[in-house]
Amino acid sequence: MLITELKSKEIIASLAEGKVFMINCHGCKEVRFPEKEALELQKELQAEGKLTGVITTDYICNPDNMKLRLEKYQEQIAEADVVLVLSCGVGVQTIAEYLEDKKVCAACDTYPVPGFQGVTPLEYKCDQCGECYLNLTGGICPITACSKSLVNGQCGGSKNGMCEVDGDMECGWERIYRRLAQLGRLDVLKCPTQVRNFATDDEVAK
Amino acid sequence: MKITELFERGEFVVSAEVGPPKGIHIEHTLEEAKTYLSGITAVNVTDNQSSVMRLGSLAVCKKLLDEGLTPIYQLTCRDRNRIALQSDLLSAAMLGIENILCLTGDHTKMGDHPQAKPVFDLDSVSLLHTVTKLEAGEDLGGNPLVGEPPKFAKGAVVSPCSDSVDAQLAKMERKVAAGADYFQTQAVFEPEKFIKFMEKAKQFGKPVQVGIIIPKSAGMAKFMNNNVAGIHVPDEMIEELKADKEKTKAGITGVEIAARIIKECKPYCQGVHIMALGWESKVPELLKKAGI
Repeated sequence: MLITELKSKEIIASLAEGKVFMINCHGCKEVRFPEKEALELQKELQAEGKLTGVITTDYICNPDNMKLRLEKYQEQIAEADVVLVLSCGVGVQTIAEYLEDKKVCAACDTYPVPGFQGVTPLEYKCDQCGECYLNLTGGICPITACSKSLVNGQCGGSKNGMCEVDGDMECGWERIYRRLAQLGRLDVLKCPTQVRNFATDDEVAK
Repeated sequence: MKITELFERGEFVVSAEVGPPKGIHIEHTLEEAKTYLSGITAVNVTDNQSSVMRLGSLAVCKKLLDEGLTPIYQLTCRDRNRIALQSDLLSAAMLGIENILCLTGDHTKMGDHPQAKPVFDLDSVSLLHTVTKLEAGEDLGGNPLVGEPPKFAKGAVVSPCSDSVDAQLAKMERKVAAGADYFQTQAVFEPEKFIKFMEKAKQFGKPVQVGIIIPKSAGMAKFMNNNVAGIHVPDEMIEELKADKEKTKAGITGVEIAARIIKECKPYCQGVHIMALGWESKVPELLKKAGI
């Protein structure tokens, strides 16, 4: 099982700048989605006149299915400044990859619960680490795409764009840098130093 | 002595490094350091370099200090979590070690214990951030330190000839923001790339020591080209090394090449860091040839 939990109101407010397109993933059977909170957020955005459209579906990590839906909502997405994705990290990465010129933000953190971990395509991974970094990395996960799970940038171990730890793997931070450059958002790299939080206990983690 | 004091005085700072042995006898290491490195500013002591288990950096730093040398304590984030790293930093300060170099560290898979758990609880940037906090009298958990807090010259590394140099510069900027006082670079064999890099890096206003490896042979150069990230030895340099076949001349070409690189880079940086990799005995000759 996994739990997707909406990020704090302050963080959501900082992400939802300008017009917003919302994507809700009610997930695979294994996920607990914050339906009530998502609906509240949707209403708030609507009341503020910021919402350009909403997709609510399941399995947004299924690229074929998602591609068709995103095409259907092309105009509303084009109108939005940011696409806010309410899903686990895999869902956000799928959307970010597909809408590679768009600011795609993760509105949720993903926590693991013992049991089956859901159905995900192999290209994307979510470690369910509880503090989603995808908003600082252009939608490419530094925890799973970097051998050392670095959250403050590239180490010196990239050779010809590949990771020296695993020759078959492209350097995750090189991908992140490229994506941020493409989005015109390299300023994100100037964010404060990130220190990971490994506390798994709910109370300690906060 | 903090090496930052020398940078502030405008001195061209020379450092070299020693790798602790895999064992407890360091007489040879100390003897070499005393004989060949006592003329230079500071000596880095590597921290289980290349993820190969060795004698500890902190202990060897203390030995060098006792011998009158100025050690730079290298810390990587591979083997210790934030509690152990902070504790070791306090230990270092207590022992009188004033210079540190903060690195993320090679992955455990690169070394002689590939089965080991890679820690990376912190990374180079968050480690620098942690040291800055300690210096302000508080640990990373926000708890006050008792008494006078430690003070270090905080070093960091950057890879100027990396094929993703822009990503490296972005990381360098984060290190500066986290408190880095000075930088040492990955080995440079392409001075023109280094000079270009420095044009961009000088905006951060922190002293940079150009990293130098003495190329021992054409084979070593090729090995580095194939296996070491951020290093590229140009073909004509490899040809130069190949020509150096006579035994009597062995090593001279390598020292000449390294001296040439130092000379070319010197006007653009604030110091040099020599990674002799067992050729400590050639350091004095190299510096002489480079005019330092």
